[in-house]
Amino acid sequence: MSFRVSSSPHNRVQRKTANVMQAVALACIPGILAQVWYFGFGVLIQILIAVLTCLAAEALCVRKRNRAVTPVIKDYSALLTGLLLGISIPPLAPWWIAVIGSIFAIVIVKQLYGGLGQNVFNPAMAGYVVLLISFPVSMTLWLPPLSILSYDISLIDCFMVIFTGYSEQGYSLTQFRTDLDGFTMATPLDTIKTGLSNQQTYSELLNLSIFSGATGQGWMQVNLAYLMGGIWLLQRKIINWHIPLSFIFGLGGLSLIYFLASPDSAITPSMALFSGATMFAAFFILTDPVSASTTNKGRVIYGLLIALLVFVIRNFGGYPEAVAFAVLLANMCVPLIDYYTKPRTYGHVG
Amino acid sequence: MSPTKDIIWQGIWKNNPAIVQMLGLCPLLAVTNTVINGLGLGIATLFVLMGSNMTVSIVRNWIPNEIRIPVFVMIIASLVTIVQLLMNAYTYELYQTLGIFIPLIVTNCAIIGRAEAFASKNNLTLSALDGLMMGLGFLVVLVLLGAIRELVGNGTLLSGAELLFGDWASDLTIQAFEFEQNFLVAILPPGAFIIMGLIIAAKNHYNQKIENLVIGNNEKVTISRARVTGESSEA
Repeated sequence: MSFRVSSSPHNRVQRKTANVMQAVALACIPGILAQVWYFGFGVLIQILIAVLTCLAAEALCVRKRNRAVTPVIKDYSALLTGLLLGISIPPLAPWWIAVIGSIFAIVIVKQLYGGLGQNVFNPAMAGYVVLLISFPVSMTLWLPPLSILSYDISLIDCFMVIFTGYSEQGYSLTQFRTDLDGFTMATPLDTIKTGLSNQQTYSELLNLSIFSGATGQGWMQVNLAYLMGGIWLLQRKIINWHIPLSFIFGLGGLSLIYFLASPDSAITPSMALFSGATMFAAFFILTDPVSASTTNKGRVIYGLLIALLVFVIRNFGGYPEAVAFAVLLANMCVPLIDYYTKPRTYGHVG
Repeated sequence: MSPTKDIIWQGIWKNNPAIVQMLGLCPLLAVTNTVINGLGLGIATLFVLMGSNMTVSIVRNWIPNEIRIPVFVMIIASLVTIVQLLMNAYTYELYQTLGIFIPLIVTNCAIIGRAEAFASKNNLTLSALDGLMMGLGFLVVLVLLGAIRELVGNGTLLSGAELLFGDWASDLTIQAFEFEQNFLVAILPPGAFIIMGLIIAAKNHYNQKIENLVIGNNEKVTISRARVTGESSEA
C-alpha cells in the first residue's frame, strides 16, 4: 500500500471528464429515440452533421493552437456539444445550418476562449442563438409529429429535404408542414404564441389538431424521455440536483401563478414543463459544468434565474421558445453569482 | 523616424484610433453594415478630424487653458454641422441611411482626443497631417469592417454605391455569392463586435512582423500598455 500526497479537492470518486461527457451523451438516448419516433429520422441526420462538424472543427483548432489533438477529441466534449446542438435544430433544416452552428460553437465560443473549461458561454446554446437570429425562417420550421402529417416521410426523404430542399416526390418542407385543411402547423408553443396574440383564448387553441393531448402530441413524450435520462444522470451523480430542480420548480411555480391569475392568456404549467425544450434544457443544457454556477447556493439561483427568464420570454417576449437566450443571459451572471455565494471557509467567520 | 513619417505610422497602424485606441466605437459598430456606409461615415469623420485639427492648431495660442475643452467642442460641432449640411445637399440618400450617426461625429472621442493631445501642441502642417492620418486609419477600419460584414452577411460588396457616387455607380455592386438566406448575425450588432474582435486579433498577430518591416529589426520588443493620447507628441 502506498500513500499518495495530493492537494485538494480530495475527491473520493475520481471521474474523468470523458466519463462525465460520455454519460451525459448516453442519457440523451431515450430522448433522441422519442424524437425520432415522433418527428422522423431528420433528428439523427442533424445530430450526425453537427457531431462530425464539431469534431472536425475541434481537431483543426487544437492543431492550430499546437496542442495534442487526440486527448482533446477523446474527452467527448466536442461530441456532446454537437449532440446537443443537433437535437436543438429543427429536424428538416438545411444541412448548412448545423454546419455553421457547430463551427461557431466550437471555434468562436469554445476554442477562442481557450478550450474546454475556459468558455464563458454554453457552446451549443451560443451556436443555437447565432443560428436563430441569423436564419429565423429555417430555425423555426419545426415538423409537426409524423402521425398528423398528410404525407409519409422516409429516411431517404429526410436526406433529400436536408441536402436538396425537396423530398423524393418533390415535396418541400412547407408542404410537409401543411395539414389537410391547408393550415401550416407549428410547434405547440409557437401555435399558442401566435394564437394568443391574435386574440384567441387558450381553450380555443387546444381544439387545433396539433394538440391532441394536454400538451401537444409528441412533445410531451419527448420531454418525458429526456426526464428519464436526466433522472438516470442524477442517480449516477453525474449532475447535481440543484440546477434542474430549481429550474423545474421555478418555471412550474411562475407558470402556475400566472395561469391562476389569467387562465385564458397564459401557457398552462403542464404545457410549460412538458413542451418545447424544458426537460432537455433542465438536465442537459443548464447542467454544463463549465458555464454554470459552481456553488450549491449559486446553482439554485442560476436555475431560478433561467426559469424566470424562460417564463418572461415565453409569455411576453417575441420568441416562442426561450431556453437558449435564458441560458446565455444567465451564463453572463455566473461570475457574479459565484462571487456572492462563495461557501464559508472552515474556521473563518463570514 | 522623422516627425512626418512617425505621424503617418502612428495614425495608420501603431496608434490607430479604431483598433488600438478603440475610440469612436459607437458609430464604428453601428453603421458598418455595408462598405458604402462605412466609407461615407469614414470620409465625413476624416474631414471633421482634419478641419478640427487645423483650426485648433491655428488658434492654439489664444485659447486659455481653462476653457480649451468647450472651445474644441464648439469648433468640432461647427465642422460637423458643415459636413452634415453638405451631405444633406449632395448625398441625400446616404445622409438618410447614416441618420443620427452624422451629428454624433461630435461625440467621437478620436476627434477631441487628437485636438487635445496633438493639435493644441503642434503647428499647422503637422496637425493637418495628423488629422489626415488618424482619419485615414479610422476610415480603413470602417471600410474593412463594412466589407467583411457585407460579404459575410449579404454576399455583396459595394451595394448602394450610388448613394455616395451618383447613379453611374450602381454598376459597381459586386454579387460575390448568393445565399439562400442571409447570414443575419454578421449584419446585426453582435456580428460587428465579433468581427471587430477578430480584426483586432489579426492586428495584434501581425503587429510585430509589420513593425519590423516598417521600422527595421533593430528595435527591442517591449510589451507595454497601449497609450491612448499624447504618444506622438513626444516624438
